[in-house]
Amino acid sequence: MNNPFEPVIVGFLCNWCSYRAADLAGTARLKYAPNMRAIRVMCSGRVDPQFVLKAFREGADGVMIAGCHPGACHYVEGNIKALKRFVLLRSLLQQWGIEKERLQIVWASASEGTILAEAVNRMTEEIRALGPLQWQPGRTVAQREPELAEV
Amino acid sequence: MINEKVGVYVCHCGTNIAGTVDVHEVAEWSGRQEHVAVSRDYKFMCSSLGQDLIVDDIEEFGLTRIVVASCSPHMHEKTFRGACLRAGLNPFFLEMANIREHVSWATSDKAAATQKAKALVKAAVERSVYHKALEPIPVTIEPATLVVGGGIAGISAALELAEAGHPVYLVEREPSIGGHMAQLDKTFPTLDCSACILTPKMVDVGQHPNITLMTYSEVEEVSGHIGSFQVTIRKKARHLDEELCTGCGICEERCPIKVVDQEFEAGLGKRKAIYRPFPQAVPKFPVIDEEHCTYFLKGKCKLCQKECPTHSIDFTQQDEVCQVEVGNIILATGYDLFDSRRIPQYGYGRLRNVFTSLEFERMVNAAGPTGGNIVLRDGLTAPKSVAVIHCVGSRDENYHEYCSNVCCMYSMKFAHLVHERVPDAEVFNFYIDIRASGKGYECFYHRLLKEGTHFVRGRVAEVTDAAQRPEEEGKLIVQAEDTLIGAQRRIPVDMVILSAGMEARHDSQELAKRFGLGCDFDGFFVERHPKLDPVATMTEGIFIAGACQGPKDIPASVAQGAAAAARVAGLIDRGTIMMEPVKASIRTDQCSGCRICNNLCPYNAIEYHLETNVSEISTALCQGCGTCVAACPSAAIDGAHFTNDQLMAEIEGILWDQRETEREEEEAAVPA
Repeated sequence: MNNPFEPVIVGFLCNWCSYRAADLAGTARLKYAPNMRAIRVMCSGRVDPQFVLKAFREGADGVMIAGCHPGACHYVEGNIKALKRFVLLRSLLQQWGIEKERLQIVWASASEGTILAEAVNRMTEEIRALGPLQWQPGRTVAQREPELAEV
Repeated sequence: MINEKVGVYVCHCGTNIAGTVDVHEVAEWSGRQEHVAVSRDYKFMCSSLGQDLIVDDIEEFGLTRIVVASCSPHMHEKTFRGACLRAGLNPFFLEMANIREHVSWATSDKAAATQKAKALVKAAVERSVYHKALEPIPVTIEPATLVVGGGIAGISAALELAEAGHPVYLVEREPSIGGHMAQLDKTFPTLDCSACILTPKMVDVGQHPNITLMTYSEVEEVSGHIGSFQVTIRKKARHLDEELCTGCGICEERCPIKVVDQEFEAGLGKRKAIYRPFPQAVPKFPVIDEEHCTYFLKGKCKLCQKECPTHSIDFTQQDEVCQVEVGNIILATGYDLFDSRRIPQYGYGRLRNVFTSLEFERMVNAAGPTGGNIVLRDGLTAPKSVAVIHCVGSRDENYHEYCSNVCCMYSMKFAHLVHERVPDAEVFNFYIDIRASGKGYECFYHRLLKEGTHFVRGRVAEVTDAAQRPEEEGKLIVQAEDTLIGAQRRIPVDMVILSAGMEARHDSQELAKRFGLGCDFDGFFVERHPKLDPVATMTEGIFIAGACQGPKDIPASVAQGAAAAARVAGLIDRGTIMMEPVKASIRTDQCSGCRICNNLCPYNAIEYHLETNVSEISTALCQGCGTCVAACPSAAIDGAHFTNDQLMAEIEGILWDQRETEREEEEAAVPA
């Protein structure tokens, strides 16, 4: 390939903390990796696991779910519910051959632009190291094994 | 199938966006996308000319959806919704793409920025075609307001509202209102007597017919939303009947138990086991300190009860829990003083004549433990030399990096008071920088220079009693680098005052959780916008004022208290406000009655109907988080404005270029 691989990460950011953290990172002109594209949801608890799968299917190399810190959720504990789903979903993804680095959860309050920016940088680097997600829906890890062995 | 006409408007924001994102390219490219009927770029979309573009296009081209690619929706969503409304389009047909905060300001890579901007615009376009017309929901505002914290900020807020004719519940944790200001002697830079200006306000609060004062009380639970909060307040038992007590103070006089007063007198003075924190306390009723009262410890004494002329003492009194309903809440919970013990090299608690700023405030107060005399710990000797150390716990990466805002000024006030009360004493103020940026503050600094205060520029390394020279014997030696002369100095003094900084209340996180607020790195409550919305919070109907938002002095706290009150008064006067219709609802024909959503709702807004075997969401209780929407296995729950259709379309749009790459790769792969 001529172009070096640039991962594309879809970020599901909650309206109250992490989306505002991303706003603040911009306002403070913190320069960070432009690889994360944000989708605003009211709460990280709104992130349906299907959204994550959809994003991977549509070609995302990584998905970030970002919410308020545990205990500081605008909706009491939506972020805890997001965390529960995240843990389960990530273990499923791993069984499907999707590396755990590709789905991450981040807590950033509205005043923590730096935390969000650093998380995006870190995740971008981790996924850059993994390379593109070549997920072909419908194929199991077992089917991919011969290819993987070649690599 | 979808037959919507989308207008895309790409804002330059001067050079804020256009400097990094190729806005012409984005607009031109957008014009070629599906559903897009019109696309333009313009210098400032938020200007009235920019908004007129939208209005005119809606009318001319019959646009049914509007996408504005500009700043964060938190900045201008209202503005552009207004433009839609003016053109007769439902405001919820607008979608914004945040290409400033999330793109142009966050990267300097122009190619990447332009690509990302396109993705966000595409996502917004794809999403917008699934938007539905929504109507804001009217909410009635209960006229009563809860003010938490009876310091000067809370007093100011409560009085403003009460004067405007609105009922207020003022809840204070301590037995009296007054807060930290009641402990101070003089106030900088005017040297007004703190009590003289504060106590009339306290009396006003105590007597105001519109204020229900609840001291020695704490908020235990808050539920509800703007317009209607249900608040549970625990009124701790004072062990006396407020109806009978006249506040004569005989009980206090007769009580045989003396306790070191760690709260009001900062440990410098004593109080009784039944006490009022200070003579001008509001309300005037004393309180029995169960931890020290002989009756509560040993089951006998009851001297106060025997002596009380109105028989108001009641040892059996229990805490009272009550519920109030309010439309808005103002938090003015104040600050904690930095604990100087945390910096061991300054010797507080180890070296006798090292005092904290609060101890010194009490000492110079005529009503304080020394009757206003500046004396060493022996209670007799006046110091011949005093060192005041600025920035204790502030501007220090080991403790708090922020400037506490008030310490320079009160340190200079201390210097002035020493000059005034002990005319022969020398005063050394050790500072990093003098921060005297308020009205009349710099003038006060110059006055101190003329009064002969020695200002030594340098952070103090250590306070010690280990003498190295004869003149240091029996003294406290303050060691610091004087950065103006570039030399180490050891200055022997009799008394050291540590100007401790302000920090967030130890329980601020807990409070934030209770009221649904956020805290910053340092534990102070986060305001809605640091410049344009300093007293509102992310939670509608909850406001903040005073030092709970960040270190500040009295004038700033008063101003914030009044500002918060004005915001609340505005809401009360409107009577009804319109709330975002972002709420969940269940399509009953699709609900299988599985009840998975029932326990997910933190607001108990979902009710299951046994007879029809479906669940239903109460719109009034739903806050719109969407957790239930994500969990419904039948996809029977609609999260208005964040529906599955809308979000799925947004995901597809935001990854448009990924799909295209895949397609290209596939196409390239076929001939081979």
